[in-house]
Amino acid sequence: MRAFDYIRAGSCKDALAEAETPGTAFIAGGTNLLDLMKHEVMTPARLVDISRLDLRGITLTDAGLRIGAMVSNSDLAADPLVRRHWPLLSRALLAGASGQLRNKATTGGNLLQRTRCYYFYDTAMQCNKREPGSGCAAIGGFNRIHAILGASDACIATHPSDMAVALRALSAEVELLAAGGGRRQVPLAAFYRLPGDTPHVETVLEPGEMIAAVLLPPAEGGRQIYRKVRDRASYAFALVSVAACLRMETGRIAAAALAFGGLAHMPWRSAELEGALIGEAPSPALFDHAADLLLAEAKGQGDNDFKIPLARRTLAAVLAEATAEEGARA
Amino acid sequence: MTREMTHAMTHDGPDTDHRLDGMAQGVLGRPEPRPEGALKVTGRAVYTGDQQVAGMVHGALVRATITRGRVTTLHSAPVLEMPGVLAVIDDARLVRFSGQGATTKPPAGDAAEVVYHGQPVALVVAETLEQARHAALRLRVDYAEEPGAATGPEEPAAEVELPEKKQSVTGEPDAALEAADAVIDRIYRTSSMSSAPMEPHASLAEWQGGKLVLHSTLQMLASAQGQVAAALGIEAEDVRVLAPHVGGGFGSKLGISPETVAAAIAAQRLGRPVSVVCSRPQSMETTSRRSETLQRIQLGADDEGRLTMIGHEALVSNLPGQKFSEPVQQATPFTYEAAHRRVVHRVARVHRLLCASVRAPGESVGATAFECAMDELADKLGMCPVALRLRNIPKLEPGTGRPFSSHKLAEALTTGARRFGWEHRHASLRARREGEWWIGMGMSSLVRVNTVMEAKARVTLSLEGSALVETDMTDIGTGSYAILTQIAAEMLGLPMGSVETVLGDTDLPASSGSGGSFGAASTGSAVYLACLELRSKLAEAMGCPEPELTLKDGHAIHDNRKVPLATLMGGAAMQAEGHLIPGEAEDKARQATWGAAFAEVGVNAVTGEIRVRRMLGTFAIGRVLNAQTARSQALGGMIWGIGMALTEELVHDARDGHIVNRDLAEYHVPVNADVPALEVHFIEERDDWAPMQAKGIGELGICGAGAAIVNAVHNACGVRVRSLPMTVDKVLAGLVEIDAEAQ
Repeated sequence: MRAFDYIRAGSCKDALAEAETPGTAFIAGGTNLLDLMKHEVMTPARLVDISRLDLRGITLTDAGLRIGAMVSNSDLAADPLVRRHWPLLSRALLAGASGQLRNKATTGGNLLQRTRCYYFYDTAMQCNKREPGSGCAAIGGFNRIHAILGASDACIATHPSDMAVALRALSAEVELLAAGGGRRQVPLAAFYRLPGDTPHVETVLEPGEMIAAVLLPPAEGGRQIYRKVRDRASYAFALVSVAACLRMETGRIAAAALAFGGLAHMPWRSAELEGALIGEAPSPALFDHAADLLLAEAKGQGDNDFKIPLARRTLAAVLAEATAEEGARA
Repeated sequence: MTREMTHAMTHDGPDTDHRLDGMAQGVLGRPEPRPEGALKVTGRAVYTGDQQVAGMVHGALVRATITRGRVTTLHSAPVLEMPGVLAVIDDARLVRFSGQGATTKPPAGDAAEVVYHGQPVALVVAETLEQARHAALRLRVDYAEEPGAATGPEEPAAEVELPEKKQSVTGEPDAALEAADAVIDRIYRTSSMSSAPMEPHASLAEWQGGKLVLHSTLQMLASAQGQVAAALGIEAEDVRVLAPHVGGGFGSKLGISPETVAAAIAAQRLGRPVSVVCSRPQSMETTSRRSETLQRIQLGADDEGRLTMIGHEALVSNLPGQKFSEPVQQATPFTYEAAHRRVVHRVARVHRLLCASVRAPGESVGATAFECAMDELADKLGMCPVALRLRNIPKLEPGTGRPFSSHKLAEALTTGARRFGWEHRHASLRARREGEWWIGMGMSSLVRVNTVMEAKARVTLSLEGSALVETDMTDIGTGSYAILTQIAAEMLGLPMGSVETVLGDTDLPASSGSGGSFGAASTGSAVYLACLELRSKLAEAMGCPEPELTLKDGHAIHDNRKVPLATLMGGAAMQAEGHLIPGEAEDKARQATWGAAFAEVGVNAVTGEIRVRRMLGTFAIGRVLNAQTARSQALGGMIWGIGMALTEELVHDARDGHIVNRDLAEYHVPVNADVPALEVHFIEERDDWAPMQAKGIGELGICGAGAAIVNAVHNACGVRVRSLPMTVDKVLAGLVEIDAEAQ
């Protein structure tokens, strides 16, 4: 591990001021950053510890729910408001990591966790995300866990978070603080970036900017489902995951928000897919059509080709569950 | 003053005396907790990586980033300028991978010659672990690379050898297959696998005068002591190895590993104690692995399910020049009867991490594939899989005509079937559905060869009425402390609390070490023999023949006379050494442990995810020495079966052979949520051909358990996966095919 300076921030203002020095990274739960630092995938010269900042509140407002960036994954998953109105978020959180990790991991940190691409983690391998311009060893390598949507010739990594997939389906926004007191709100949809030629730039966060909170709009009602397919029953990243918020009215789909994990560099959402569902009566043909729209541009890399049929079948099963009449659900 | 005696026994034949059954203390076999358990669960047990000694510094291995070639330059100078860095060690004596077990021969070769990607080529030493690892990552190494190295066993460039002693043909296998009523001829694959012990490989070396004191994560100390000495070019008696607690080994700690020798060389060079704790990736990529296997299994049977032909061909791999090859067909010759047989064993020379013993080398993968083929045969014959196995149990060992020391397969199968509720299995496929889940059942036989190793142990009886057991045996989480304490307590008539067992130090009598399921029976027998000697002396003083002497709760009892032990000891402590020497017994009878595994699984019809819902194993292992630790071993074996069937695969990049998934996040061992209710049932027996009538249990569970799951998946959903692990993608491909056919 590269030696680093450790600064414990007493306030958001202090933290943001400290972060103006180049080579500084924020640390909160550290559940991902510390591993990356031990492997020297990330080598910040300075760490500003923001874990003690007063960003731990979960508050209901007229605009929805405000979740402080330092709320732990465990606390968020167990929050009664979340469980009642946004159960999707709770389920997605509990589908991720392990109890010990969720106790330490924070809401803000979870959004910023890095890909689990093997080649990103191994500093002897080429990786444009770790070392821009070095190449991508995952292309042509073992790429079973990699992206089938939105990938580029420079990077085929996926985003590993379950929570972010749920937040994407829930149309969450992220509140960002900048040094000098700037505050802006970015929809999660615009927060993440596709890899393109710059896979090392994963979000729209400016240097020194900090996530202060995640904001959820009021719950839509209807059914919320998080379904995660993985290689073992716990403590494994999603091969494919589907987050669904779906409301039925008189036998037809009135509202649908669907986000997908394990498929792309960011939680994936398709307006076209959702548009095709609205106003329709559920049927296997409709679900198949929805999958066609989701996967029209899907491209396998060899080892991950199976994700295409897996996503298709998982989506259909989630839609069937979400649209089933009361009492008919398994 | 201590009186010393030795009781040596060469194990040449059966022992029908069953002396342990005549003892009075009543502790042997009981589920006694581990005496060191409290230390472990409270974090006070000091493992190698926990050791702290004054002046200690830290080393980190430097990893080769080419597949084959030579190191031309180590750019040490810039690294030596870094804070805390003390030395860059590139010594011709450094080793490149682990040593094999039960040999004093160290791993051969020159670390400057790279034979696999990830191989250690140097050691960087610094004041702190962080500094050392940082510098090791920064050390620039130039290579003269030799391109074109084969990294996969099925690559055309891989040279394939057929070791003469591992091929055999009996009768006319081809003609027999031709004439058979039912034939199975299938290819099965198992993956490269990691031992993945919880405790990473680590060594702390300190030179005291001309002697090396080495704390190291090892399973077998006496042979490792020889390996270290030979690697360093010193005498074995100048090396003392200490390993009182080892956090799992599963074969990967049978021999020394690169960090062991590196720590010793660095400590010598610097004149300071040097600790080298492997990072998790290095623990997985610089030690050893289980070979992937390709197995072609041919079975011919008559229409009543009697096997007429057994063919078992295997392709495994290892580095060029390595003698070890995964003994895939170890149990094939004797498990089932068949007049015509063929075994073909091929070894491909590949540039991947060394292959060596991983828990149950051979049967773990060999019996697993074979038991899948048996299921396919049962299917073809329309026969119950249990009945097919029962029909083919040999009375004498096929080929040799030797007797079996004991053969409890039939009982294991029938007892297991009854306790599991096998009669509720649907013979037809896709017969039971719960929501999205197909439910099915499968079974398999379990078989593992049994062996003993030379072992010594010393037992001292004090005048205060306590006993001390000493041997260089290790406890790798298996329960050695508990079992050896129980044997001495039983034999000497002492409460458990009056017996102390000291292990893990080569200054103590050389044991069998831990490996190959032989530890408890071999070293336990040495303790038994030492105690037998002490009993003889006590009986002499008591004036009775030893077999008539009763020892219980610190007293000797005979003929209505009861005296404290001390009154028989002539005012001095008594000491005896037991020495078990493997003899002709192994040649005279075929010894093996037997069992059966039954599994019920759910297969998700949408995604292909598999969940094991319940599992039951029956185990015939001779005398059970400790019901709790034996059960724990059986559970562990079955869980390894789940891992082999469903999740575990060490992935090698096809381009350079390097291990892609080098940590526990990506190398998937089963987690708690993958492991359902497991039931273990012992078929208690006394195997006369085993000393103490006790055989091994460390490996049997894994030797076929995975097949029960594979077979259950087929029964559930109709998909037959012949390449393990059965990850979602493989099952899904089968489901998609079946769904397409249905449309």
